Amino acid sequence: MRLSPDDMIYWEYGFINLNLTIVTTWALMLLLAVGTWAITRNLKSDIKATRWQSILEMLILMIQNQIKEVGLNRPRKYMGFIGTLFLFIAVSNLLTIVPWYEPPTASLSTTAALAICVFIAVPIFGIAEGGLRGYLKSYLQPNFIMLPFNIISELSRTLALAVRLFGNIMSGGLIVSVLLSIVPFFFPVIMSALGLLTGMIQAYIFAILATVYITAATQDAQEQKNKNLKQIQHG
Amino acid sequence: MDSTTIIAMASIITAGLTTAIGSMMPAVGEGRAVSTALDSIAQQPDAAPTITRTLFVGLAMIESTAIYCFVLSMILIFANPFWNYFLG
Repeated sequence: MRLSPDDMIYWEYGFINLNLTIVTTWALMLLLAVGTWAITRNLKSDIKATRWQSILEMLILMIQNQIKEVGLNRPRKYMGFIGTLFLFIAVSNLLTIVPWYEPPTASLSTTAALAICVFIAVPIFGIAEGGLRGYLKSYLQPNFIMLPFNIISELSRTLALAVRLFGNIMSGGLIVSVLLSIVPFFFPVIMSALGLLTGMIQAYIFAILATVYITAATQDAQEQKNKNLKQIQHG
Repeated sequence: MDSTTIIAMASIITAGLTTAIGSMMPAVGEGRAVSTALDSIAQQPDAAPTITRTLFVGLAMIESTAIYCFVLSMILIFANPFWNYFLG
């Protein structure tokens, strides 16, 4: 039994190998890029927009609203990162309805890469919002005794992000393949439908958690800015 | 009993125990979280979106402990590092 799509290798040269995970990830990236290019090629501001344009607009407004509700005031800035994370994970989990497709998120390397993206993006957004001093000060919250614990939490939540997504998707595929060898046909169908639901929830949770972490890193600077604005307005 | 049998027995029993306890406790925790969230939504329906989002994040956190236990039992059964010492 194969535990992850990493084990299926198409081409190997030295320590570089081309496995199923990489191939599916490239195919997904191509699909997303070509799809969005095709949709955004001729946008209309008319009432009679195309069906695909309406779907894309709905999706983008939904992501924007979610980001705003978590507490980031200007969602446009974070849209590119969080929206991409959500779309990639959602599409990669959704395509499990296609036969012989194995989601790249069922491999720990993909999910670790996504989690490392979040790990790098959080300080970048934090520094862009509040400056280096402001960001480093957020490690001393609420007290300087908490410094090591804040650093540990930064590392452990990255690990948790990676393992959560990997475990969920891998377990879905594994349970279906185990069930197929015990009960034929009917029960595995229900389990894979459940797997689709978990896949979508995991995509949502990954994106929301990334948003929450970014909010935590930028919150002090945002509050400071709001306070300054109020002071200016009240004279 | 040779050492391979002992390793197999130990890892299978431990995997079963890990899955049992590791799914029982998070289930209790998630149940408590959901019931409390439903109570608060019933009291304050206006705050439903905020409560739901926080609930999802909290559930994800609780669930990750269950996922750790699952991954651990998978490692014990399919990728036990101690096999190699005796099989190779």
